[in-house]
Amino acid sequence: MNISLTLLMALPLLGAAVLAALPKANGILAKQVALASTILVALVTIVMAVGFERDNINLQYVESRPWIPSFGINYAVGLDGISLVLILMTTLLAPIVVLAGWNESQNGRWSTKTFYILILVLEMMAIGVFTATDVFLFYVFFEAMLVPVYFLIGGYGTGERSAAAVKFLLYSLFGGLLMLASIIGLYVLAGAQGGHTFDTQALSQLQMSSTTQNLLFLGFFIAFAIKAPLWPFHTWLPDAADSATPGTSVLLLGVLDKVGTFGMIRYCLTLFPEATKTFTPVIITLSVISIIYGAFLAIGQKDIKRLIAFTSISHFGFITMGIFAMTSQGHSGATLYMFNHGFSTAALFLVAGWMISRRGSSTISDFGGLQRVTPVMAWAFFFAGMSSLALPGLSSFVSEFLVLVGTYTRYPVAAVIATFGIVLAALYILIPVQRALHGPITAGNENLSDLTLRERVAIAPVVVIILFLGFYPSPLLKVINPAATHVISQMGFSDPAPTQLGGK
Amino acid sequence: MTFTAPVLNYTILSPMLIILAGALIGVIIEAFVSKAFRPLVQLILTLGTLLLALVQVFRIRGTESVTAAMGSVIFDGPGFLLQAAILIISIISVFLIADNENFTALAAAIPGSVEEQESIQQGNKVTEVFPLTLFAVAGMLLFPISSDLITLFVALEMLSLPLYLMAGLSRRRRLLSQEAALKYFLLGAFSSAFFLFGAAYLYGYSGDITFAGIRDSVVGGSGNDIFLLIGIAFVSIGLLFKVGAVPFHAWSPDVYQGAPTAVTAFMAAATKVAAFGAMLRIYYTVFANAQWSWTPLLSGIAIITMLFGSFVAIAQRDVKRMLAYSSIAHAGFLLAGVIALNKAGLSASIFYLFAYGVATVGAFAVVTLVRDSAGEVTDLNRWTGLGKRSPWVASVFAFFLLAFAGIPLTSGFIGKFSIFSAAYESGAKAVVIAGVLSSAIAAFFYIRVIVLMFFTDSHEDATTVVIPSVLTRITVIFSFVITVALGVYPAPLIDFINKFATFIR
Repeated sequence: MNISLTLLMALPLLGAAVLAALPKANGILAKQVALASTILVALVTIVMAVGFERDNINLQYVESRPWIPSFGINYAVGLDGISLVLILMTTLLAPIVVLAGWNESQNGRWSTKTFYILILVLEMMAIGVFTATDVFLFYVFFEAMLVPVYFLIGGYGTGERSAAAVKFLLYSLFGGLLMLASIIGLYVLAGAQGGHTFDTQALSQLQMSSTTQNLLFLGFFIAFAIKAPLWPFHTWLPDAADSATPGTSVLLLGVLDKVGTFGMIRYCLTLFPEATKTFTPVIITLSVISIIYGAFLAIGQKDIKRLIAFTSISHFGFITMGIFAMTSQGHSGATLYMFNHGFSTAALFLVAGWMISRRGSSTISDFGGLQRVTPVMAWAFFFAGMSSLALPGLSSFVSEFLVLVGTYTRYPVAAVIATFGIVLAALYILIPVQRALHGPITAGNENLSDLTLRERVAIAPVVVIILFLGFYPSPLLKVINPAATHVISQMGFSDPAPTQLGGK
Repeated sequence: MTFTAPVLNYTILSPMLIILAGALIGVIIEAFVSKAFRPLVQLILTLGTLLLALVQVFRIRGTESVTAAMGSVIFDGPGFLLQAAILIISIISVFLIADNENFTALAAAIPGSVEEQESIQQGNKVTEVFPLTLFAVAGMLLFPISSDLITLFVALEMLSLPLYLMAGLSRRRRLLSQEAALKYFLLGAFSSAFFLFGAAYLYGYSGDITFAGIRDSVVGGSGNDIFLLIGIAFVSIGLLFKVGAVPFHAWSPDVYQGAPTAVTAFMAAATKVAAFGAMLRIYYTVFANAQWSWTPLLSGIAIITMLFGSFVAIAQRDVKRMLAYSSIAHAGFLLAGVIALNKAGLSASIFYLFAYGVATVGAFAVVTLVRDSAGEVTDLNRWTGLGKRSPWVASVFAFFLLAFAGIPLTSGFIGKFSIFSAAYESGAKAVVIAGVLSSAIAAFFYIRVIVLMFFTDSHEDATTVVIPSVLTRITVIFSFVITVALGVYPAPLIDFINKFATFIR
């Protein structure tokens, strides 16, 4: 029995326990402890990633113990390529968020140490949700992680923070409860077919009528679509991202929302292959709508945080489209996209957060001429923007390209329409870049200070990762591809043979 | 005329006999012990009695008997589990009752009279509440193990009458409290009448008042079905009234609000265990074979109860009324366990009853702590900013609310999962869907309280949180620990319940 994943989850909790024991007054020490714990977790994850056998499609680092035996519930965790990439993203982002948002907790309702306790608990649950191989355990993490995020938004955010927090929580709980109904359905089916279990593998072997399968699929899918978020389930996201601190937003959009897209792969596809086929046209349509709609709304935003939130809705459209295109390129692209989106969103939110805290405003038109006042910050924002619009040479380009290629072979129309999303992306990124960074220096911006050493250290790894994976994505793709191909082949799909130009 | 001496199995009856003996000694103490010592002596006696009964219940676990009292009492695994749950909940409720800040100085005095003033000045305390509690507990212990309609009725009255009195003992807002007591009494009397009416029809149907006899008639299908249906309907009304299911819930918000909070806690938690215990026994054993005649209606009632409780709770401005409507919604969830009519449903219901009861007592214990100069403050608008002033108390309360909402890692989630899966398994999918939806609605008002406590800046007429006494502290900590433990690692209790949860007939 391999307990490395459990230990990985125990580390942030240990950090949280140390924080809890610290005196309330010493905020600096709390930050240092939080940073040290998140770095330690990141290092351990990297070690585990190095030890991961890339070509082995079986789950690795598997641990399984009975938890509630009479319901067939196990504490079961394990890693495949997809979940490895996602926990790698989570644990790498966590120290960056802590370092970048060093002073984020000061406007909160509670102490600094509570802020970091919540972050560490969230990190632990995020690891849990990506590694759980028992549906019940997954659900427990899925729901329980709402609580720390709720308090992070409501307690440390700005503006209408408590309303945004409640909206976030209610949307997610509603989706979660639909999923609970589906989970109960699966449990009962399993009970009727050879014994109660929540093991993902065993559940994927269940026989069910197509009506049942469709209904259960919808329970899962709506929960994930709210989480991801997919149009029309997205309305909570702009409010939450607007009110949360930049660091929380990074965790929310970068990590938490990936649970939705991850869940689609891990649960919707593997548990309900037939229903997936039935609903694919609808979902592809919704994805395309998300891509275009998110992009258009992003163009129209005056507030920089809301703009980033809408760009994410567009990006999640790409990810969902890649997942449901049912090709191995689409799948690999979607998973890589999840990873890259985490970092490009982190870059955007963190730099935007620094801009906002310096200027005291999040309205785009309040900025202007930053290029001359704060060149480093301006370059960082520019870079983040380029990564978000998927400039070739940066990591997002690879994933977006893969998704489009993977979709085109099966759904050419959707892929073509989605390509317009890239054009729109250029607009929604270049407009704020032009308004905020270039042009004359707006009144009130003359004395803004440039990035401090701490902020530069925090953003540097993000820049390095985005550049590196832009030129050389294969270390990640080698991990992702076998898992993605495995999912596709398990569902009985094979990649369509490429057709010649002009052939239909 | 010949007289047969009753044969009683004293071992099996002993928990109830211990409680009754304790209650009688309590009455004697009222008469003979001086005022100054009474509260302490009563508390020790009551706790001792309850603990002794609990020990005794555990000692006779695993015993099964249908003839413990000439066929009037049936003792089996579920009986043991329910009695143990009732006793544990009673013990932690007695800790709250012992902090008798909340009770009137002289129950007989007219509110606002000179007599009342005098007795307050003399520092009188109503120690009668202890023997009353014990009498109620005795009734509750008997209720789920009764095996004929007469015993069931006697147990029903035995648990209800002391509760009617206790509801009227509030120290402050006494008129409201007395109104609550009267309302509870009158509606309770009505429901008793319905119950008896139904019992009469069941007797007419089967010619027997024992559960075994009625079941045989149901299985044989020989009697007049109209009588059976009327009997089931009216007996059900009597029981549904006790658990506060819609449309028989009207008493519960007023009584929850008017009664002293400690009594509300006891009543909300322990009565529910007893009443659902009896319900489970009747539906699972007596009416099981006639399930097609009652499951559709009961499913309807369960759905309405869940949705109604959740919706109306949203509009509440008083924490005790809100918890009352929440308990109505929970009664709906528990009805799903009754409808399930399978072994999983029985285990799940017992688990849910225990988990919910403990969390309820804990939540009300927190309510007793939030006060201003004039006593407890239950107006939610004045709970604003509580998280700032007393983070621990507010956090614990928030945790109980999350447990009621069924968030994972609390006992509420495991309870909800197990009860819904049992209902789903038996085919009651509509009930499960309604349950899931009403959970989502219910989450809204639980979260609203959390928002009030943590995310809203406080008013000027702020409330204070009193430093909890040792007894209240024990209750809160115990409830909290149980709620966490059953959320994180419920396997031992679930296995324990599974081992015993089989009705004998």
